[in-house]
Amino acid sequence: MSSDYEYSDDDGDYYDDEEMIDGTQDDLSGASEDDMDMDVYGGDDFKVTPKGKRKSYEVDYDSLSQSAVEKLVKEDVDYICSICGVDESVASLLLRHMKWNKERLVEKYMDNPTSLLVAAGVTAPEPTTTSAQSRTRSIDGSASRRSTRGATRILALGGSKTKSPTTSPPLSHYTPRSFKPKSDEPFVCPICFDDSSDLRTLALDCEHTFCSGCWNAYLVSKIRDEGEHSVKCMAEGCALVCPDPFIRTVLVPAPGAPIGDPTQEEDNRKAWSHFQELLVRHYVASNKRLKFCPYPGCTNTVSCPSAADKSSLTTIVPTVSCGARGIGGQMTQSQSQSGWGLTGKEHKFCFGCHIESDHRPVVCSVARMWLKKCRDDSETANWIKSNTKECSQCQSTIEKNGGCNHMTCKKCKHEFCWVCMGPWSEHGTAWYSCNRYDEKAGVDARDAQSRSRASLERYLHYYNRWANHEQSAKLSLDLYAKTEKKMEDMQITSSLTWIEVQFMKKAVEEVERCRMTLKWTYSMAYYLAKGNEKDLFEDNQRDLEKAVEDLSELLEGPIEPENIPMLRQKVTDKTVYVQKRNEIVLEDTAKGFLEGRWKWNASVEGFDEPERTEY
Amino acid sequence: MASIAARRLAKELKEIHAEGCPVGINLLKADDFETWWFSIEVMGESLYKNEAYTLQFRFDAQYPISSPAVQFVVTDGHQAPIHPHVYSNGHICASILGNEWSPVLSVTAVCVTLQSMLASCKKKERPVDNDRYVRHAPDNPKKTQFHYDDDT
Ligand SMILES: [Zn+2]
Ligand SMILES: [Zn+2]
Ligand SMILES: [Zn+2]
Ligand SMILES: [Zn+2]
Ligand SMILES: [Zn+2]
Ligand SMILES: [Zn+2]
Repeated sequence: MSSDYEYSDDDGDYYDDEEMIDGTQDDLSGASEDDMDMDVYGGDDFKVTPKGKRKSYEVDYDSLSQSAVEKLVKEDVDYICSICGVDESVASLLLRHMKWNKERLVEKYMDNPTSLLVAAGVTAPEPTTTSAQSRTRSIDGSASRRSTRGATRILALGGSKTKSPTTSPPLSHYTPRSFKPKSDEPFVCPICFDDSSDLRTLALDCEHTFCSGCWNAYLVSKIRDEGEHSVKCMAEGCALVCPDPFIRTVLVPAPGAPIGDPTQEEDNRKAWSHFQELLVRHYVASNKRLKFCPYPGCTNTVSCPSAADKSSLTTIVPTVSCGARGIGGQMTQSQSQSGWGLTGKEHKFCFGCHIESDHRPVVCSVARMWLKKCRDDSETANWIKSNTKECSQCQSTIEKNGGCNHMTCKKCKHEFCWVCMGPWSEHGTAWYSCNRYDEKAGVDARDAQSRSRASLERYLHYYNRWANHEQSAKLSLDLYAKTEKKMEDMQITSSLTWIEVQFMKKAVEEVERCRMTLKWTYSMAYYLAKGNEKDLFEDNQRDLEKAVEDLSELLEGPIEPENIPMLRQKVTDKTVYVQKRNEIVLEDTAKGFLEGRWKWNASVEGFDEPERTEY
Repeated sequence: MASIAARRLAKELKEIHAEGCPVGINLLKADDFETWWFSIEVMGESLYKNEAYTLQFRFDAQYPISSPAVQFVVTDGHQAPIHPHVYSNGHICASILGNEWSPVLSVTAVCVTLQSMLASCKKKERPVDNDRYVRHAPDNPKKTQFHYDDDT
């Protein structure tokens, strides 16, 4: 299942004519890609990786729907039912209390069932003294109540009608009590003071009785506003937890029940379904092999056993996808739904950390370190994010509105690189070192002030490029729209069909994906220790960057109808090439992690301390 | 649910007027069902002998299902008692105002609990994180997720 959402297979979706890609292989060694070393990356490499074969930068995972997780939950519940001889609702409370650790649960239950049942809020603690004293127990607040700072007695309102602790069999199937007090006194709900004679009342095993309206408001508030899956009895200090059937009875009207207030019923329905989700979330959060999809409104879960162990995160980057696309109401489960832009965006996230995007090729701990550094230094670097800069030749303001870094000043026609502000002419040739930080300044720095300046400059070098790729990828939404327009125009001005103009879309998507890779390579390069390995890493980074900029420029250029066949050829070639360069960066970096080849210039969680902290 | 809050508060107010407040506690002002003020004093021997403080209760439509926002008044010359669970901005770290709130607790019950919280205090001091908390504290103490430790 997982491989359906992985990178290589996307090709199949966008290219209905894969032969076109294969057919262009020979052209790759052509003039436009003269710096491509064909001996190292032989022609065979251009074949699309066969389905099912996992690449070194990918992990195996499965995506599970909420109901699939509910099945797993049910299995655990059934298991506990059969081992401990309790009913489902009790088993569920016990499992929640034990954070779904079945083995520990069974062990504890066998050891002392009563204490576990009390701790889990299934039964009230047995009275330890005479029944006369136990009668006031719940008014006092039981001994198990935590911290009111040695407060004396808490006064409950309206005279608590506590009975002595119930001795009803705790393990029977739960049926909510619904009764009237036996005394002649009419029942008054101690919360809302309603004393209507037709008041419906409910209580847990503790027999703390309240009206159904108060229970309803309380459950909705606890579930919806506080996100609690273990809701305690409303009585002060009572530790009994509402079992699922009780919650259901309150929130979900029985079939044939009289029609109530529609807003209330809607709130109840939502609360009940949110409660189901909270249970699934708790189960998932308690299981290291599972992670809940972080995208808003999504209720899918991903299972990734290979990343369950934290120590694995120094060797792999567990990028996963839950299988859904889009946000909220526009979400689809269908993978073939290849929507444009954000509405169809795949739910990609990292299984190993909280970063809600694909941070390959860099491992979690380095990515986290980098993001923290960027947060800490955000003010210093803020100006870089701005979308306007001055032309280095005529000082007129230039606004960036596409993803391409090759800028041409409208006024003086000066061509320069947006990132380093250097002349573009130096970038087009084999000599392209925009990605590499010139260490000389740092080495030459003698006094503390120039050292700190050099260290800031060094950071800004990486941050600048990082932020630029992020910004360019964000601008890709505009690019999508523009490209779609171009595709429409192309169909009119050429004989190409809709399928045949898909190469434009494919190219735009490839550029966005590669910019994400590039972005993270800058966080990696910032922390990589100086040396041969870093040089090779930056070589690959440079090649990918140059390829991406070339393709990006091609996509943003004007289209002359007579050149469309040539453009199509060029874009297709470059897309394949860019894809390949991206593969190389991802593959080689991933292999480097598996081999323990990468050394850092700072101490990184999970890795050996650097030998020396020189950049 | 607003009607429940109003009915419940009306009932509480009626009880206070009829039976009075517990010793050391006095209703200062309750003109509506949004904000009430009480004066609170610790009776008998304690570190807070002869000191009076003002407690403010703010109720929303969810009351009593959700807790009132309770704090000591620190404006107009009033001060919060110096106590390990009372911040200098008047916010109080007490579990019954947070995760152990029960809808059966009344306003006077809360007053009595806070009164005994003061009475049992062994050393007058501010919470260790007072300065940090006060700098970033939300206006409404209910928005704070206090961590309730089990000591004292
Ligand atoms: Zn009620
Ligand atoms: Zn109870
Ligand atoms: Zn999702
Ligand atoms: Zn991660
Ligand atoms: Zn210019
Ligand atoms: Zn440059």
